[in-house]
Amino acid sequence: MKYLLMICGDESAAAHANDGCGGWSEEMEARGVVAGGAGLRPPDEATTVRVREGELLLTDGPFAETKEQIGGFVLIDCADLDEAVEIAAKHPAAGYGTIEIRPVWEPPPGVV
Amino acid sequence: MTFEEIYRQEWGQVVATLIRLTGDWDLAEECAQEAFAAALQRWPIDGVPDRPGAWLTTTARNRAIDWLRREAVGAQKLRELAATPAESDPAYDVPDDRLRLMFTCCHPALAMEARVALTLRTLAGLSTAEIARAFLVPETTMSKRLTRAKQKIQHAGIPYRVPPAHLLPERTPAVLAVLYLLFNEGYSDVVRSNLSSEAIRLARLLVQLMPEEPEAAGLLALMLLHDARRDARLAPDGALVTLDDQDRTRWDRAQITEGTEVLDSALQRGVPGPYQVQAAVAACHATARTAADTDWSQIASLYAQLPQTPVVALNRAVAIGMADGPAVGLRLVDELAAGPLTGYHLLPATRADFLRRLERWSEAAAAYQQALALATTDAERRYLEKRLREVSVRS
Repeated sequence: MKYLLMICGDESAAAHANDGCGGWSEEMEARGVVAGGAGLRPPDEATTVRVREGELLLTDGPFAETKEQIGGFVLIDCADLDEAVEIAAKHPAAGYGTIEIRPVWEPPPGVV
Repeated sequence: MTFEEIYRQEWGQVVATLIRLTGDWDLAEECAQEAFAAALQRWPIDGVPDRPGAWLTTTARNRAIDWLRREAVGAQKLRELAATPAESDPAYDVPDDRLRLMFTCCHPALAMEARVALTLRTLAGLSTAEIARAFLVPETTMSKRLTRAKQKIQHAGIPYRVPPAHLLPERTPAVLAVLYLLFNEGYSDVVRSNLSSEAIRLARLLVQLMPEEPEAAGLLALMLLHDARRDARLAPDGALVTLDDQDRTRWDRAQITEGTEVLDSALQRGVPGPYQVQAAVAACHATARTAADTDWSQIASLYAQLPQTPVVALNRAVAIGMADGPAVGLRLVDELAAGPLTGYHLLPATRADFLRRLERWSEAAAAYQQALALATTDAERRYLEKRLREVSVRS
């Protein structure tokens, strides 16, 4: 199963920017569960896109007006939610921020 | 055994096995339902088979094969399923299936209310309408909740298995919490008492499936001991009857014996936990010949072993007050008054009771009035009103 880990922190996230990943990346690379990912520029540099009734609406800033910010994301491919939770819990950001796990939408058999 | 009893006993196993075989929760339930419907038609004519569960599982599995064939999807699944021999179904009686189902329904990635609803639906076989009625929500709401939970299990990849040993200590409390919540939903309300019976039935199953887990036995003992007093808890007019005043001949002796036996064997493992300790408190009450014989010092020391939540602290204050006198109890309760229990009706109710025992009638009346304003059920209100009348005439 594929999952997107959204690494969310609050304003204090910047203080952890140089913490490094404490061996998480190395372990996950070795386990072969990482399928992609990146760190992100801060939310005030985000642009949100919506199309309503054919009209393109661009908004300066992030989608959600919350204190939490998506600082990065990792795409993982692992057995099930328990393994995804285990992987997310090991990520250093889980210690000060939040990691949201989203299953990647997979088309039902027969559609592709 | 009546059909109803067979249904209650076998439903969870049939559904659990079918989920394992097909990986499809809705299909599993539908096929189980069809199998029970077929049994209702066949058994009166052919007689009840020797192993009704195996018969039901085989029938449900054949329905699943038919369905997969009709839909012409899941060819792989169909082959696997068809390859399992049908006669004296070996898929039946896999003890892990129901345990797997219980842990999956109670996975911490599901909302608490979804865990409870799913457990009742898939393990206990309650209909969506029955569960909705029990939780006082419209049937459509409950149906959406169940659908969403099943979809999350499938789409989010919640595994259908008993967690590996290293996850058991963190997952088992979630299962126990769901069963205890179920029990309490039924215990506080006469109309919903079938929820308590289901919780006890599922706890028995859990103890049978996890004999190594003393807290499961502790929870079963706790529920049995509380439930044994069910009939004596309410007066004919619906008012709550407190332990002091309950007619002890109406307690279910057989159930008390069973509860204390289950508890004793759990305690022998030497790994006490909150459920075993609470069961020990319940056992102190249940085995006291009269209210006056209650071993309150023992109860107070048991409460001291529990995590000191505000409610536990209040219960402990009550026990100490009963052992050492109402003046001591009142002082302890008053110390709790400024804390997080403000607005909790049992705080003024307890104060009122100690004041009554101290014959400080007008203060007691004021405290009963405070408790009345905060009480949450009719049974409690009636009890408090009765006490208020008693102390008011004396003040």
